[in-house]
Amino acid sequence: MTQGVEANSVVLLLRERRDDVVAAWAELVAARMQRRASEAEVRTEVGNLYDALVAALGDGRVLDSTAPGLDEVRAQLAELSRTRARVGYTPSETAVSVFALKEAVLAQLGEHPSPEAYADFIEVSRLIDDLGLVTFETYVSTREEVIANQTDELLELSTPVVKLWDGILAVPLVGTLDSARTQVVMERLLQTLLDTESDRAIIDITGVPAVDTQVAQHLLKTIVAARLMGADCIISGIRPQIAQTVVGLGIEFGDIVTKAKLSDALEIALSEVGLEVVPKRAAAAEA
Amino acid sequence: MERVPILKLGDVLLVSIQIDLEDEVALNLQADLAERIVDTGARGVLVDISGLEIVDSFIGRVFADIAATSKVLDAEAVVVGMRPAVAMTLVDLGLSLGGVRTALNVEKGLKILREDLGLRGVAELDMTPDRPGDT
Repeated sequence: MTQGVEANSVVLLLRERRDDVVAAWAELVAARMQRRASEAEVRTEVGNLYDALVAALGDGRVLDSTAPGLDEVRAQLAELSRTRARVGYTPSETAVSVFALKEAVLAQLGEHPSPEAYADFIEVSRLIDDLGLVTFETYVSTREEVIANQTDELLELSTPVVKLWDGILAVPLVGTLDSARTQVVMERLLQTLLDTESDRAIIDITGVPAVDTQVAQHLLKTIVAARLMGADCIISGIRPQIAQTVVGLGIEFGDIVTKAKLSDALEIALSEVGLEVVPKRAAAAEA
Repeated sequence: MERVPILKLGDVLLVSIQIDLEDEVALNLQADLAERIVDTGARGVLVDISGLEIVDSFIGRVFADIAATSKVLDAEAVVVGMRPAVAMTLVDLGLSLGGVRTALNVEKGLKILREDLGLRGVAELDMTPDRPGDT
């Protein structure tokens, strides 16, 4: 067989013996999957992939895995990786089932392939390796997307600034307070102070699992920034263990008012703006 | 050289900074203000920085100095209208303006001077809108 730089004998073989290779490949994949998918299903899956690949390599040249000609193949692989991941396959299982194509092809080369055939096979094999990695990358990037979305959502969800009364805001903090969160909380609190013309804010840390020096530092920063703008903050929701850790770590809250319960903090804030909560009847009797 | 105007409202001097301060302008302001406090015998100083978008450590220190100078001259300084971004920058720079009183806006600042310090001049200037029921 003559072979120039252009035509690759293995690619030609792939085209000629489609059914044999697909059957062998499907069998290997099905075996690897421990029969979690039916063989017919696998056969269609790998069949489609195979056809796309052969079509892409139509002129007998082996393309680079990033070549535009392989867009269709990459799209199929990405889809395969996603559906597999959803059903619970590990990314290795998916990648290995792509690599199985090499075995299927090798079997078709016969007992003693010529050195040229081997060289061609290695070229194809490299492409298949790259394609296998595409599935892996899709898996990882899909996962990362999910994680990034969740992080964003958590940040959004866990940092509300609510108005308790005219001039009194509350920031119920839930979850660990790291620098990124502090920044979001600080920005939002300061902006809301300005927008609502509130000069009091209650930072409730009931939902903060632990307070260490760093968290305390972040809290203090927020409070100092609020003070610079002319608003006072009260820290509430300090649990007994947290009070003990704070003392143990030697954290000083200085002249910042701290309260055990949100209700206590609200009471202080109300009294500072000249309001008090009285029972209905007493108020009526007074009037 | 630009100068920041200093307005007299009764016993209070009002400084409204609507531009980003250059170092020299800030230093001039500090000097002018000290002079005006002595001239007018003002008891309170309101520094409105709602127009200020950029601060650095120098400007931050000037504010602290203005407040300290006023205090020496027995005039309480209140810095009002600081923007969130400015507040965050100052905190990051490690400046807390050392005990300068602050308020969200001019109205609240005047209220502080009026109520907490019982300033005569400010009390005469009724800045609050008429409420129904008031005579």
